[in-house]
Amino acid sequence: MHNSGPILSIQNVTKRFRNNAGDWFHAVNDVSLSVAQGEIVALVGESGSGKSTLGRIALGLIRPDSGSVCLDGRDLAGLSPAELRAARRRMQPVFQDPTASLNPRKTIRALLAQASHPDAIELEAYAIGLLESVGLTPGSEYLARFPHELSGGQRQRVAVARALAMQPALILADEALSGADVSIRGQILNLLLDIRQKRNVAYLMITHDISVARAFADRVAVMMRGRIVEHGPAGEVLTNPTHDYTRSLLAAVPEL
Amino acid sequence: MRELFQRLAGSPAGFIAGGFILLLIVVTIVVPLVHSVNPMAISGNALFPPSAQHLLGTDELGRDVLQLLIHGVRVSLSVGLLSALVASVLGVLIGAWAGYFGGRIDMFLMRVAEIFQVLPTFVLAAVIVAMLGPGTTRVIAVIAILAWPQIALVMRSEVYRVKQIDFVDAVRCLGYSEIYILIREVVPNALRPVVALGTLIVGQAILIEASLSFLGLSSPDVISWGGMLNSGQRYLFNAWWLSVLPGIAIFLTVLAFNFIGDALNAALNPKDTGR
Repeated sequence: MHNSGPILSIQNVTKRFRNNAGDWFHAVNDVSLSVAQGEIVALVGESGSGKSTLGRIALGLIRPDSGSVCLDGRDLAGLSPAELRAARRRMQPVFQDPTASLNPRKTIRALLAQASHPDAIELEAYAIGLLESVGLTPGSEYLARFPHELSGGQRQRVAVARALAMQPALILADEALSGADVSIRGQILNLLLDIRQKRNVAYLMITHDISVARAFADRVAVMMRGRIVEHGPAGEVLTNPTHDYTRSLLAAVPEL
Repeated sequence: MRELFQRLAGSPAGFIAGGFILLLIVVTIVVPLVHSVNPMAISGNALFPPSAQHLLGTDELGRDVLQLLIHGVRVSLSVGLLSALVASVLGVLIGAWAGYFGGRIDMFLMRVAEIFQVLPTFVLAAVIVAMLGPGTTRVIAVIAILAWPQIALVMRSEVYRVKQIDFVDAVRCLGYSEIYILIREVVPNALRPVVALGTLIVGQAILIEASLSFLGLSSPDVISWGGMLNSGQRYLFNAWWLSVLPGIAIFLTVLAFNFIGDALNAALNPKDTGR
């Protein structure tokens, strides 16, 4: 709505879960993070650091125990179910495993039609355009196929196309590159960068792989045991880390 | 779908069983059309053994046993298929709701299902039919009410599994309502095990109907295999065909549905569909 404020703003969010032994633990502990229009923010941390839980809270899929999530300046908690459904279209996820994130019983055509922005009138042409914008050309050849008839990389492209279909302002990529092998990872990464240039989409990249953050983030937040321990412009955080945990993450990555 | 048929064809038992049931259905439909003999017609030749005139002999009233058997298919199949269908619809709806929304409704529905599961099904069916009186519709209703919990428990756990897969969250982020997600996304992906189980329930239902009729809990005006067993057992030693033949018919039909159920189960098993 307003170009000035951030698209997504997470303020002092806390979420606790009970583990198998019945003890409470903080999956996310007093975390604040924001993403501005067209910005790429990388949220880095090991598995179990709470970054995926934070992602699901940002998407409105999990309600936080305390704190607020604001999309375009509106608090998700204050919206009615119908308003929440409409609002969350501005923010689309791309998950790690495209095999799980695409309904196996639907054709690509049906998947894209289901995801299409209400303003798209010519659904067929719109779907073909989306497929070609993610590098699946000619798009018409893919419409009648099922996800299991595509390769893993092609499936992840379809997942990206579906996220774009809603014309979101923000794409939340939760380990979206981790499932793919190295060459496909590079292709998808370039695709995401390309999309940002063309559509000015913002990204919240959730990843355990700090080299992804190095490759294209504007800002990096490092998460450990539910807290953000380091946060700043990518260049600063990655060249001059102040927290030991960030240093150990960086040390784990071979220098390119 | 084509893949499924290929897999079914790969299971000879399931294939033969399917052919047998198809034959039964065709015979029930075709025979009354081309051969309009009243199966209740009395020929005067009571308790005649199998012969050229009466291929499978006659009963104590002189009725042709082959005709009676053919007409009995109708009751067995309609009771079996309809009660399994009603039980499946009930079980799918209740199990899907419980598995998807969870919470107190889930607790309540699943306790009810468990209560039904520990009840002695057949005794209860016999008591209910004895109290309400015989009638095909009532038998179907009673069997369906006793069988839905099996479907509901399977459906619930399957829906619970499917709703945690990422595509459900992806569709949720597209702004669809929970009811839409449940009906259009989750349920179609959770139906596989229900199809196989529903087929097994057809066999169970046929057996329950036959047992009720055997105990005399069916209308004497309706020809059924169980009813034939009931009246034939008095002549077991001088007219074996009266009880043995309907017994074989019940045995083969129930066995066929079990084989089809097993074949479907194997064919629909997600572990080896190569996906």
